[in-house]
Amino acid sequence: MSIQTASLQTSDKPLGRDDLARLVARDIKPGSFVNLGIGQPTLVSNYLEPEQNITLHTENGMLGMGPVAEGDQIDGDLINAGKIPVTELPGASYFHHADSFAIMRGGHLDICVLGAFQVSATGDLANWHTGAPDAIPAVGGAMDLATGAKDVFVMMTLLTRDGASKIVDACTYPLTGVGCVTRVYTDKAVFLTGPDGVQVRETFGCTLEELQALVPVPLTAAPAVER
Amino acid sequence: MLTFIDTVGEAVAGIKDGSTVMIGGFGNAGQPFELIDALLDGGATDLTVVNNNAGQGDQGLALLIKEGRVRKMICSFPRQSDSWHFDAKYKAGEIELELVPQGNLAERIRAAGAGIGGFFTPTGYGTMLAEGKETRIIDGRGQVFETPIHADVALIKALKADGKGNLVYRKTARNFGPIMAAAAKHTIAQVSEIVPTGGLDPENVVTPGIYVNSIVRVAGTAGKTEQVA
Repeated sequence: MSIQTASLQTSDKPLGRDDLARLVARDIKPGSFVNLGIGQPTLVSNYLEPEQNITLHTENGMLGMGPVAEGDQIDGDLINAGKIPVTELPGASYFHHADSFAIMRGGHLDICVLGAFQVSATGDLANWHTGAPDAIPAVGGAMDLATGAKDVFVMMTLLTRDGASKIVDACTYPLTGVGCVTRVYTDKAVFLTGPDGVQVRETFGCTLEELQALVPVPLTAAPAVER
Repeated sequence: MLTFIDTVGEAVAGIKDGSTVMIGGFGNAGQPFELIDALLDGGATDLTVVNNNAGQGDQGLALLIKEGRVRKMICSFPRQSDSWHFDAKYKAGEIELELVPQGNLAERIRAAGAGIGGFFTPTGYGTMLAEGKETRIIDGRGQVFETPIHADVALIKALKADGKGNLVYRKTARNFGPIMAAAAKHTIAQVSEIVPTGGLDPENVVTPGIYVNSIVRVAGTAGKTEQVA
């Protein structure tokens, strides 16, 4: 066990946000259609290589989204889901909102990358609402993104500021989607979630045993084929 | 019947108190600010407004909310850094909110325009936004029944109209325009340019004129210039 466990560790220290974004970008298969959520997932676009031929979708109605617009490129009619001015790449297309969410709900997107408050052992996602009584709820496309893409990747820190694991037995925050998350990229490890429980693909700056001490659900090493 | 109207004030003059009004736009892109300002000036109140958001800053829909003219918002994302007018009304209990996942909002609007009585969707299943709604397992997936959203009036913005009311849009400002045009009993479009019949390539028409009732030209409201505002 100790040899197998040691082999899971691929970095001697936890990964920063940019290193994690680079790892997610590397894991996206060439030719994929991808939606990157607002916040940390947006960093992934900085590390996609042209030869990967990735097409980015933005749910307000575009495929073939390019980098953030600067200077003269800024155009109020060309924004992303975070309402940031962006650019279009050759081969881009525009469509109305119902078509855009049909692209998502219809299973045509390969991967969606989202942030999260919590992910459960069975892949339930909580990322839209803290549930605080005085909070004004706002859901946007979070639930559509969580249920639509073939694979839902989450990017988050493993622990809250208070040191609690965000990978949990059952989400305590209001759910965004049930059993939808397939992978969780964190600063300390990459987790695979699904019916087989939580598997660990690789760890950063800790061993599987050290990771298990932080996470309140049983962890197993992922089969070598997943690594 | 299609009519071309000279001013935004005349275009919205028929909107009555208690109407359900769809307003196009995602953030500021595609938001028909001049039509909303005219609605504000016109005085109609007790409105139910359908929009993705609930107003930004101190313009457009935000002002309509501030002035207490909106009884209910149907939207997906009301809370933003600059949604202070909605936030205040909501916290004071002076505005009703129906929160709908964005794709369900779009499809419910589309369903209304397409004569669909409702549909099952996996989006929202197992969440608090599906509470109280009919559910089924279809093809092994939990799905939620959602009903169409109809409206009395839609206010939308497009780039160009031709003499038949056919519309083309510009980039991501298209967003809710085409589906709202179909879902409302009376659709009012503000456009930057009106071209003669035959001036739009029929292959490129996005909203066929059959969905459009009133067109008013508002100069220079699409494109790069408005980002400055």
